Amino acid sequence: MPDQALSGLLVLDLSEDISGPYCAKLLADYGAEVIKIEVPGWGDSSRRRGPFPGDQPHQERSGLFLFLNTNKKGITLNIKSGSGVEIFKRLVEGADIVVENFRPGVMAGLGLDYEALVEVKPSLIMTSISYFGQRGPYRDYQGSDIVAQAMGGWMQLTGDPALEPLKLPGSQAEFQAGLNAAVATLCAVYLRDQSGEGQQIDVSLQEAVASILESAVAMYSYSRFVRRRMGSRHHLQCPSRAMPCKDGWIHVQAGANWDHFATFLETPELMQPRLASILRYRYADEVEGLIQPWLESREAGEIFSSAQEWRIPFAMVLGIDELMEDRQYKARGFFQEMGHPVAGRFTYPGAPFRMSETPWQGRRAPLLGEHNEEIYCEGLGFSKGDLARLRENGVI
Amino acid sequence: MFAGPYATKLLADMGAEIIRVECAARSGRGGMLPRMKPGGIFGSSFPDGDTGERSYNRFAYYNEVNRNKYAITLDLTKPLGVAVLKRLVKISDVVVENFTPRVMGNFGLDYPILKGVNPQIIMISMSGYGQDGPYRDYVTYGEGIEAMVGLSKLTGYPHRGPLKPGVAYADATSGLHAAFAILAALRYRRLTGKGNYIDLSMREAVTPLVGEFIMDYVTNGRVAMPMGNRHPSMAPHGCYRSRGEDSWLVIAISSDEEWRSFCHVMGDPPWTEDERFADTLSRWQNQEELDQLIEDWTSQYDHYELMNRLQQAGVKAGAVLDVAELMEDPHLRERGFFERLSHPEAGTHLYPGLSWRMAVTPGRLRLPAPCFGEHNQYVFGELLGMSEEELLRMAEEGVTASEPLLWEEDFSSLGEVPEMEA
Repeated sequence: MPDQALSGLLVLDLSEDISGPYCAKLLADYGAEVIKIEVPGWGDSSRRRGPFPGDQPHQERSGLFLFLNTNKKGITLNIKSGSGVEIFKRLVEGADIVVENFRPGVMAGLGLDYEALVEVKPSLIMTSISYFGQRGPYRDYQGSDIVAQAMGGWMQLTGDPALEPLKLPGSQAEFQAGLNAAVATLCAVYLRDQSGEGQQIDVSLQEAVASILESAVAMYSYSRFVRRRMGSRHHLQCPSRAMPCKDGWIHVQAGANWDHFATFLETPELMQPRLASILRYRYADEVEGLIQPWLESREAGEIFSSAQEWRIPFAMVLGIDELMEDRQYKARGFFQEMGHPVAGRFTYPGAPFRMSETPWQGRRAPLLGEHNEEIYCEGLGFSKGDLARLRENGVI
Repeated sequence: MFAGPYATKLLADMGAEIIRVECAARSGRGGMLPRMKPGGIFGSSFPDGDTGERSYNRFAYYNEVNRNKYAITLDLTKPLGVAVLKRLVKISDVVVENFTPRVMGNFGLDYPILKGVNPQIIMISMSGYGQDGPYRDYVTYGEGIEAMVGLSKLTGYPHRGPLKPGVAYADATSGLHAAFAILAALRYRRLTGKGNYIDLSMREAVTPLVGEFIMDYVTNGRVAMPMGNRHPSMAPHGCYRSRGEDSWLVIAISSDEEWRSFCHVMGDPPWTEDERFADTLSRWQNQEELDQLIEDWTSQYDHYELMNRLQQAGVKAGAVLDVAELMEDPHLRERGFFERLSHPEAGTHLYPGLSWRMAVTPGRLRLPAPCFGEHNQYVFGELLGMSEEELLRMAEEGVTASEPLLWEEDFSSLGEVPEMEA
């Protein structure tokens, strides 16, 4: 009996940086066997991106790489060489899924497009992630996270209206594409298990972003209203924003019952019908002005706890350093320690969800080419001599 | 919140039969409003700004995320409602709920009970903070979760206060992880015949997305601060004014080669030869001046025109699209991203289409969002085989409802309702 939900699936992860690796990480973390395939001697670009301990670049010490490649096995293979292509096809014979995020056309150029691979493995699922998708006029445009955020519609909705549109921090478009790819891949597994048929999946970062504009599309369709950025305010809920308090910031949210909220804040002026109405967002300045003095005389932690006692959905505006100390994460054991022979021992984000029958498990990311012998010799039957020759020729 | 509805939207788009279980007090539709044309942002949530006879069937927020689903009404505070829900659980594969943890237990519908009804059932509970721990019973919306994982603090311009992602980011992200969890559990069930209970804390589902900042903290003790549109290593990397009202363009340059191409598109003005901009490091260190010089150039041109020129020269650039431009974007149009649906009460409109393309099972927008209680007859009559008398009794006892309660409070107060995939 499989011990994890995705046990028994074999995934070849050709991707690099964030989008594809996060997709394959989710599959690996829940039990799929994921073989990460990296360029010999060079590896995934995230190995060079850091953050590095002590800011000292080292291909085995990039925090981003270590985080995104947990539970994977690592091999090296130059798929841009003739023998690399042949070896890759042999791996595909035994695989269920290929994940790649090359620019569109690269796999075809190597003779490794879906049509070619399906010859080798008829039930193959191939998940391709790119900035603009595998077809359409922008197919060959260059992308990056900020470009996808701009072209997908997030930026015009984020930031201060008096300043330039703002991207979400980090690489959120990349993560969204990875998440979409992971869900789509399991949808394809579901179909394949029923019909035996594999398929190709085309995930575009632009569309992953445009999929979650929180009803902005329907609002435009319905009434030609073009929603724009509103700072820290929400377009419908008022108040729903970070506001200053005595020692920093607190996320203020009214919740279910306006009278209850006004009572909690000891601000009866909030109960006047104009402000008690769902249209109070028109008077957001006034609402916030009435609340501000109460907040300013109290500390965030105190406001948060007492609001929660009243069952009002306030939240702490936490910094990254405060997450690890948070008692809820601690009580649930969310952050997981993992050792690594070169990088050392660090705390990593753990399971994004928990399954009663099939627990998440954390195993460290692979060293560059760490599992070459296991995969090539035990898996494909190469001898150690073959391996040495392949290494010498730069194939692995 | 639409974490739960977004998860089931993804499955519905791929062909799953989703039954939304709603009641008069909790429909996710914002409740009933008097007919009015409220104007402003709120008004624009309704077709032609008009709430219509039945506002709850015309609400953009609901209709966008609930396409391809069925909807029934069932009051789970009544024993008959609970009994009928159990009959539905018997014929379902998955139950999705995003109440605070105590609610399903109070209904007498927690996992051990549902497992007794259907041993293979997969149940996913999507709460803010998880099913145990000191914050278990804490209430939150998606925006609160963004604050609690550090995203709000990081979303912002340098040296200004925290902002928020302009979209329901924590909800969508939790929904995606939930859909993944459900599909993983379905596979496990196919192999083993066993169900699964999934405890998804929205906060924990969003935390991996700030993973790179967490890794910087654990490896270096560095606490990330908002950096606007800048990048830790690329420069120039930012959002620049283009010609027209509130019109912008982003540019991201990651190599000297791209920099030279970029300079060439600008016509190689003399300032690009300045040693302050000679290599990536110096460009990064002198971004303030660099960005000003770039904006002097970009502000003369249309953002689409510049994007196309820069892209043709191999430079990563993109127009910052507002929703009107997005829906006209030639690339998305050619890919058929937006799809049209006709809704009996909201009319015919475009909605965001499939989030990805699958060659064999593309999925499509086949059903508009359901009207309130629209599928009571189908679900209770056809799927459960209930008689007319039973349906009548449910209506008389208020177990089913013909319309939502008046929308007296903030629409967000209505929270979520369980959804099921049959």
